[in-house]
Amino acid sequence: MSPGHGLTEQYDYEVIKKFAVMGVVYAVVGFLVGVLIASQLTWPDLNFGIAQLSFGRLRPLHTSAVIFAFGGSVLFATSYYVVQRTCKARLFSDFLSAVTFWGWNLVVVLVVITYPLGLTQGKEYAETIWPIDLLITVVWVAYLINFVGTLAKRKEPHIYVANWFYLAFIITVAMLHVVNNLAIPVNLTDSYPVFAGVRDAMVQWWYGHNAVGFFLTAAFLGLMYYFVPKQAERPVYSYRLSIVHFWALAFLYIWAGPHHLHYTALPDWASTLGMTFSLMLLLPSWGGMINGIMTLSGAWHKLRTDPILRFFVVSLSFYGMSTFEGPMMSIKSVNALSHYTDWTIGHVHSGALGWVAMVSFGALYHMIPRLWGTTIHSVGLINLHFWLSTIGVVIYITAMWISGIMQGLMWRAYDQFGNLTYSFAETVEAMHPYYLIRTLGGVVFLLGALVMVYNVVMTIRNAPAPTGLRTPQAARAAA
Amino acid sequence: MKHATIEKSIPLMGILTLLVVAIGGLVEIVPLFFIESTIETVEGMRPYTPLELRGRDIYIREGCYNCHSQMIRPFRDEAERYGHYSLAAESKYDHPFQWGSKRTGPDLARVGGKYSNLWHIEHMRAPRQMVPESVMPAYPWLEKTPLAYDDVAARMTALSRVGVPYAPEMIASAKDDLEAQANPGGKTDGLIGRYGQKVPTGDFDGKPGEITELDALVAYLQMLGTLVDFSSYQAQAR
Repeated sequence: MSPGHGLTEQYDYEVIKKFAVMGVVYAVVGFLVGVLIASQLTWPDLNFGIAQLSFGRLRPLHTSAVIFAFGGSVLFATSYYVVQRTCKARLFSDFLSAVTFWGWNLVVVLVVITYPLGLTQGKEYAETIWPIDLLITVVWVAYLINFVGTLAKRKEPHIYVANWFYLAFIITVAMLHVVNNLAIPVNLTDSYPVFAGVRDAMVQWWYGHNAVGFFLTAAFLGLMYYFVPKQAERPVYSYRLSIVHFWALAFLYIWAGPHHLHYTALPDWASTLGMTFSLMLLLPSWGGMINGIMTLSGAWHKLRTDPILRFFVVSLSFYGMSTFEGPMMSIKSVNALSHYTDWTIGHVHSGALGWVAMVSFGALYHMIPRLWGTTIHSVGLINLHFWLSTIGVVIYITAMWISGIMQGLMWRAYDQFGNLTYSFAETVEAMHPYYLIRTLGGVVFLLGALVMVYNVVMTIRNAPAPTGLRTPQAARAAA
Repeated sequence: MKHATIEKSIPLMGILTLLVVAIGGLVEIVPLFFIESTIETVEGMRPYTPLELRGRDIYIREGCYNCHSQMIRPFRDEAERYGHYSLAAESKYDHPFQWGSKRTGPDLARVGGKYSNLWHIEHMRAPRQMVPESVMPAYPWLEKTPLAYDDVAARMTALSRVGVPYAPEMIASAKDDLEAQANPGGKTDGLIGRYGQKVPTGDFDGKPGEITELDALVAYLQMLGTLVDFSSYQAQAR
């Protein structure tokens, strides 16, 4: 019996395989909807006057598809992979694993149906209507039990650092989801949130910013703490740094929400707190980036030959860039210019595409051949994907920097007579070239994802058949 | 305590994490419910009429908040472009809030009364007919879809449970009030008695006798930001 055979018996790889494949599928779906709505802003006739295809209904579909469908699937897959391998234990419950897989995908299917029909709560990144919110809660509790149960079965005395981040992500998202979605139902599809106005705004951005902080950051740092050392074949740079930046990140992130509400009707004290903590957040964020990048100490030469490692290093660089940009944009006087403009959209995408998506691609390329007991179909195609992603992100965020800053400056421009220089419509017209360039950036990024689909499909097709199904010929060939 | 102790214990790790992530939210959210100056005392705020409420539901359904803010910041240029900066009191009955986060289109916090009903009708039908540079989608289905308002009283009841001051007679006469606001020539005395003199009434969608989704949406847009009387409002120290 080969050692690999023993491992697949010890670990549950089946649920990870399913989540990994769905992660690849949802990446393409999410990016495709993104390209469509970017095109609608460039050429508004692409709304076709059809309710179900209009920008206002599709934009939440794009954000949910990329964050919760793609990002969520990658997190389920990687957390199940990491927790089993670092605990040397099989997942706690096959039943709960199945609940999380089928439950999460049911949530995604319901989102794809309800959003275009206009069924929404009208809260950003929390548009799902109340029955879906309940379903998410059930799936999340199953996830928590399954994850903690697996940790409890660990054969190592210590809980590995990656699992701290995954655990913090699961706990915090549960807290945020439940509080932000408190609502009173009117019927099966409609409800009104219990909070109103300024309080609802504060709760929403406490949730919204920490969807970024814990779903898109803490969890993906967990991913980073396993896959970067593995791929580089080097230990984590600093254990002490990982402790400090973990607790600092968990404590500080939660406070950052009010920087989405500068100069609004939110009281000044709350807004100032949000800015102060956002600025402090630079330190643990860069702690994580430094710990990740410095893990490559002594392995830098591998960047020449290993495109997976290249994905990791560039994603960490984007993480460092956007976690510098974020605190800067949280400064009130900068925010006065940047808020309500495309600069925010660019900032989000340098984090979401540059950091989250690229670190996910690296992890998927690392994991998929190991899950199927094979090697990747083409290293060259990973490299192609890497370049398409990098170029796509750079085009996208550059276009949004220019349009965002220009928009902010045009809104506040005065002529020599003390009148506003530009009508709002003129500022919209000025955005057109940048919206076109942004769409192109999105298309290039999407092309990269399609290259990944082809590479993953070929890898899985070429994988040896599972042991139980092996023909005598295949068994002889394998032996 | 050595960190190794925490690292070896799931309960310790989990509980400490929960404590650490709970603090920020508690400090920033809870006081908003207790500090009185959070929401200003102003004259003129009233709950949405049944027609406006359904209009707001449609505003949310179509995802207007993805491109339009309803929150004017206290800057010179915003005051000139949009009007007086927004007060917390102005959205105190908004479940959910619709301040928005992006201005692909202009702020709508005070769009009420800025344009005629006819302008809104044409603009929803074909935005670029009215504003050539616009990138807004057309909303031709709104004027073609009869407004569903059988459940408007149930909606107001739900809102009253979370603190919107809908009096029992407002809920009891919800459907009558809705019809009175959208049908010119309808009896509006009851509606005005319950919601005030400033309630805009009339045929909002250009189709007398029909109550469409466009009626509701335009009625909502036409009242946005018009409630507070700023001639009597004194900004208080916060």
